[in-house]
Amino acid sequence: MAVDLAIEGLPARASSGGAGLLEQTLAVARRSAVRTLRQRGLLIFPLIFPLLLFGINGSSLSSATKIPGFPTHHYRDFLIAMPFIQGAMFVSITAGVDLARDIESGFLNRLALTPLRTEAMLVGQLGGAFVLGVVQAIVYLLVGFATGVTLVSGVGGALVLLALSILIAFGFASLGGLLALRLGRGEAIQGIFPLLFVTLFLSSSSLPRNLIQTTWFRDIATYNPVSYLLEGIRSLVITGWDGEALALGFGFATALLVITVLLSQPAMRSRLARA
Amino acid sequence: MSNEAAIEVDQLVREFRKGPRAVDGIDLTVSPGEIYGFLGPNGAGKSTTVLMLTTLLPPTSGRATVGGFDIVRQGAHVREVIGAALQEAALDAILTGREHLLLQATLQGITGQDRQRRATALLERVGLSEAADRRVGGYSGGMKRRLDLALALVHSPKILFLDEPTTGLDIQSRTALWDEVGRLARDDGMTVFLTTQYLEEADVLADRIGIIDHGHIVAEGTPPQLKAEIGGPSVEVAPCDPDAGDRLAELLARFGDPRRNGHGTVTVQLPGGETQLADIVRVLDQADLKVETLQLHQPSLDDVFLAKTGRKLEGAAEEAEAEAESGGRRGR
Repeated sequence: MAVDLAIEGLPARASSGGAGLLEQTLAVARRSAVRTLRQRGLLIFPLIFPLLLFGINGSSLSSATKIPGFPTHHYRDFLIAMPFIQGAMFVSITAGVDLARDIESGFLNRLALTPLRTEAMLVGQLGGAFVLGVVQAIVYLLVGFATGVTLVSGVGGALVLLALSILIAFGFASLGGLLALRLGRGEAIQGIFPLLFVTLFLSSSSLPRNLIQTTWFRDIATYNPVSYLLEGIRSLVITGWDGEALALGFGFATALLVITVLLSQPAMRSRLARA
Repeated sequence: MSNEAAIEVDQLVREFRKGPRAVDGIDLTVSPGEIYGFLGPNGAGKSTTVLMLTTLLPPTSGRATVGGFDIVRQGAHVREVIGAALQEAALDAILTGREHLLLQATLQGITGQDRQRRATALLERVGLSEAADRRVGGYSGGMKRRLDLALALVHSPKILFLDEPTTGLDIQSRTALWDEVGRLARDDGMTVFLTTQYLEEADVLADRIGIIDHGHIVAEGTPPQLKAEIGGPSVEVAPCDPDAGDRLAELLARFGDPRRNGHGTVTVQLPGGETQLADIVRVLDQADLKVETLQLHQPSLDDVFLAKTGRKLEGAAEEAEAEAESGGRRGR
């Protein structure tokens, strides 16, 4: 039985097996990026909140630089790393809610009926995170420069900072995706979101770890991977090229991304639930 | 697959953990190029059957092949030969109609210029050319359903699954979709498996109908066969004088068992079919009995549903929901 939809000059059937992995990934990434760009609220509000905190804390905690051993005389140079991580945490909720919406609306079932591969879906959905990561990094840097922040590592450092920022955004977006696949509901992800902020406040976000006086707080900050993400970014601003801080920053961001993608695979397979 | 069934289902069962068997051992066969209507109220098991046949839900037991491929062991092959528009038109409100089609075409492996041309052609085919570059969030229900259909057709499937494609649509949108589905089967030779809770839809579109209730297929056949199963048409006669009811019933008794409906109106089933209508008119004329109205009623699929399940199709949905609710309460 031949089925031809009578579209002149076109093959009656698509190629068997669908598109290649790269093409599938790019198609899903494009959709994710387009969705993000068209929802201005997703771009603007996650930008504003970290900048507000940056402005408030930058003024109210500036005397912290008088603490002996504080690594810079300008508190904003120290603090500028925080908006990058806060912004990335907002990316996690955006990515998670987007995927949860696809699950709830049945869009994921539609994709499951195509030859879409699990890996393409998991990586492709980071397209929106790429857009947010780039926009946030550029805006935070520009606002930082405008308020007197200087980047000791120069133009090269700015590019590395951009790369690290995008990698961190990918990691948190993938975490949001994992939560969406496990929980399946946008509201549940939004409910979990405040917990992410707790990890930010229990890190070296406001003070260098060696200057935290309370032992339990210092211990938690030392074991908290978020501290190393902050310190990777911060090193480019106030230290210059610190190989260890950068290695730890990139290492933990990569680990977050790899672990969450790996954990997402069985969950995605189960969500796609096809024979 | 020219010599084999497009869809073959053998004792298919789907059991959910805390509920009854949604699908309870159904058997059915759909021939290539046929439109098969799967008719039943909400909760009857229609969508669960579609989810299993489209490989999105594994069956608890039983076997089914779609396009000659086993739905459990050869899922990827099944998905290559099917298109599906599931119950909710699962679309992304932020993307445009064209973007949906391009994404779907890319994932189906359609490349380069073919992708654009196929998207354009399908948009035209379903009447969405003008709205192609508008975001789907602004589409009406009918437009969403038409886009859903176009998406299911992107890779030229041999078998199309439509799960309640016209639910919630106005009559104009519904008719337009019926025309398109009819054209797909008639002109393109596509096999269509259509679930519906609308009697008229099944009657108008389907070559054959399976009636499902509580997970069981209770009747199957062509619409005329099913209607014939419950007997011939009936005629309802209302005399001008309501007091002439007894006399009217007496006259009509020679054609069948007369039923009094009030106000002198009498209904009688015609085992000999509508050809007996002329005889009835002649008898009434000879008896000089003045008639206000005389109506011939063909048996409907609702009559078939009533005969097979003891319930009318409208209202069966509410009953099923109430049962599910009380079952849920018991479960808790």
